[in-house]
Amino acid sequence: MCLGIPGRVLETWRDHEILMGKVDFDGVTKRVCLEHVQEVTPGDYVLVHVGFALSQIDEIEAQRVFAFLAGMEQLEELEVPSLDERPGSEPVR
Amino acid sequence: MKFLDEYRDPVAAQKLVRAIESMVTRPWTIMEVCGGQTHTIVKYGIDEMLPAAIELVHGPGCPVCVTSLEMIDRAHAIAAHPGVIFCSFGDMLRVPGSRGDLLQLKSQGSDVRVVYSPLDAVTIAAANPDKEVVFFAIGFETTAPPNAMAISMAKRRGLTNFSALVSHVLVPPAMRAILDAPDNRVQAFLGPGHVCTVVGYAEYGPIVEQYGVPIVITGFEPVDMLEGLLMAITQLEEGRADVENAYGRAVRPEGNLASRALIDEIFEVCERKWRGVGMIPGSGLRLRAAYRGFDAEGRFEVEAIQTLESDVCISGDILRGVRKPQDCPAFGTACTPQMPLGATMVSGEGACAAYYAYGRHFEAAPLKVHHAV
Amino acid sequence: MPSEKAAITVADLLGSCPAPFTQYDRVLLGHGSGGRLSADLVHRLFLPAFRNEMLERLDDQAVCTLAPHADARIAFSTDSYVVQPLFFPGGDIGRLAVHGTVNDLAMGGATPLYLSAAFILEEGLPLADLARIVDSMRDACVEAGVALVTGDTKVVDRGKGDGVFITTSGVGVVPAGRTLSASACRPGDKIILSGTLGDHGIAIMSVREGLEFETTLESDTAPLADLTKVMLEACPAIRCMRDPTRGGLSSALHEIAAASSVGMSLAESAIPVRPQVRGACEILGLDPLYVANEGKLIAVVPPGDADRLVNVMRADARGVDAAIIGAVTSDHPGMIVMRSLVGGTRVVTMLAGEQLPRIC
Repeated sequence: MCLGIPGRVLETWRDHEILMGKVDFDGVTKRVCLEHVQEVTPGDYVLVHVGFALSQIDEIEAQRVFAFLAGMEQLEELEVPSLDERPGSEPVR
Repeated sequence: MKFLDEYRDPVAAQKLVRAIESMVTRPWTIMEVCGGQTHTIVKYGIDEMLPAAIELVHGPGCPVCVTSLEMIDRAHAIAAHPGVIFCSFGDMLRVPGSRGDLLQLKSQGSDVRVVYSPLDAVTIAAANPDKEVVFFAIGFETTAPPNAMAISMAKRRGLTNFSALVSHVLVPPAMRAILDAPDNRVQAFLGPGHVCTVVGYAEYGPIVEQYGVPIVITGFEPVDMLEGLLMAITQLEEGRADVENAYGRAVRPEGNLASRALIDEIFEVCERKWRGVGMIPGSGLRLRAAYRGFDAEGRFEVEAIQTLESDVCISGDILRGVRKPQDCPAFGTACTPQMPLGATMVSGEGACAAYYAYGRHFEAAPLKVHHAV
Repeated sequence: MPSEKAAITVADLLGSCPAPFTQYDRVLLGHGSGGRLSADLVHRLFLPAFRNEMLERLDDQAVCTLAPHADARIAFSTDSYVVQPLFFPGGDIGRLAVHGTVNDLAMGGATPLYLSAAFILEEGLPLADLARIVDSMRDACVEAGVALVTGDTKVVDRGKGDGVFITTSGVGVVPAGRTLSASACRPGDKIILSGTLGDHGIAIMSVREGLEFETTLESDTAPLADLTKVMLEACPAIRCMRDPTRGGLSSALHEIAAASSVGMSLAESAIPVRPQVRGACEILGLDPLYVANEGKLIAVVPPGDADRLVNVMRADARGVDAAIIGAVTSDHPGMIVMRSLVGGTRVVTMLAGEQLPRIC
């Protein structure tokens, strides 16, 4: 459920006291309500759902899975057998 | 796009698939709660990349699908009022009620408009003071803050011609309903990432403790989903059941405190009927007494609504993960996105519609695929 | 056709004519009456814009020569254009009405020659808007090398139209021996796409009420006859061509796959999509495979010709992003299967209805 797309904040302003902003999605910009991500500044990434920023993207957390994968690769070189030799690796179809 | 492209990387995805393969020792059934995750699975063919031992079943997390027929009929009755501008998210327009869908109503002359955001409906109300503007406020916890913000904004701007037809639903009671069923097959959940950006994941701790099922809060891109699956399978194989967060870039443990406060100010918990599932106590949100003035149900008289659902449709079982779309005799034949019989076919995010859109109705015949490029 | 471009202004229209025309800056029902106002529209707007021998005769029909294509066959096509808003980033309904019909001819391997245009105008349409549309059609005709040789205008009551509807019909010639057909595709053939997907549909959506977003993206509306000419010169064995307009790439490929009773396999990673189109599709929950294009084509070609043809296309301004996006297969006839970015597969189905923005 709930389409949420990361976009980059370009500018912010207040409309009837509500924090609003222009958010860029790779060359497409939309007006987005930033009222619940008060601390964002231009350049920050926010997760946008129906024109509303749900949260600010944590750029350090975003790297975690890739660090994990890099670590896995180093381990693999030492001990994991190749794809063909492992049991149970037949794809569903 | 930053924070999307890297999570669609084929090398990262393949590495995670291999990690899953090396972890699995026996069959597991895992449910992704969100319709958006179902969409990702079939759009990218993720289920086909997994070992045969892993079965993915699809949850009730499509707010469009589970909106009750009574509520859709009520929306029709209100939208048909002269002088009403009825605003809705695009995917709600094609959902059939007892008397057709909102697009058909539009063709008969009603002013039905697609809005991208609930705040756009407030703008329309401000620009049309001589019209009643009604917004169809559906959604899970994710959509509650923007919908609440629209109502708060309308109040702040003193708009008396804006109201909302509220049909909000909540995820945890639905997960409990699935786990309480005697025929439940779900052994672990991929938790709803965007719901948790709003409300956090403290609510899932008691579910894990009570039922002993792992819940991994998961994002929506292929790499996110494979990582969530790897974490869930690791827990299952190790005999653990914890709440884990695989979507740390968007989800904090406590969620978004400002959003939670606004939801609490505008809405209160109520019982809610889910299409295909039935009444679930404490599974909905409605406007608090202080905001009843913005309640479209109070503003428009609607005659008693009689509804009739198909008796062939198994969408209730599909929403609970007990059966799959192909198990339904009507799937892809009597029931298609053009002529949906039940909840899971009515929205693109429903499991049946997602299976249909990505060609799973062809699966009766084995699909031989050669890629020449 | 005029060799020099001169913009038509309201001043030109209103000019020094003493007739009632001067009193009005909007379309009146009388502009469709067949009387004086109608004649004014023809003489002051349409004739100056599209001037050529055949049109100037103002007969009920245009009598046209096919010389020097005496032994050629005629390609004949018609299409109606309804678009809101009338003016959009990168084009307007007038350009669209010329390009659309010219491209339908070009997809059959024809050289487009003549167009007709029928206008249904809504009472109250600003004449300045009509002049702008006609001006733009004139430019489009010049660019596409076609003459607009006959036409018609009707006016409907205010509220009964959407500003302007335009129907254009076109005639072109196909050289002897050239046969392109959607039923001619064979397993092993390659599928070529001439450029990025979805530019037109997303540009229109960016200015549509309720969905507005800001982007520098423009509609790709463009005539493709020059591109098809160099393609057919370089590769006479092209099986078929299609312009993926309404319904997008998916619909066009489905038509071909059904006509040839073949399957197709695509690679998602090979399909060019502009970042802005991707961005807009992400936020609205749309799929670029189903979004309309007005200046792109797909060609199915024998495997041995594909690489060379792509290079020829890339040398043309309309084909710089051309790419091989998939292949024809004897497996799963009528079905289009795509390998996703992460390596799984999905079936690309026909669009059920208009794509609507999703929340979930």
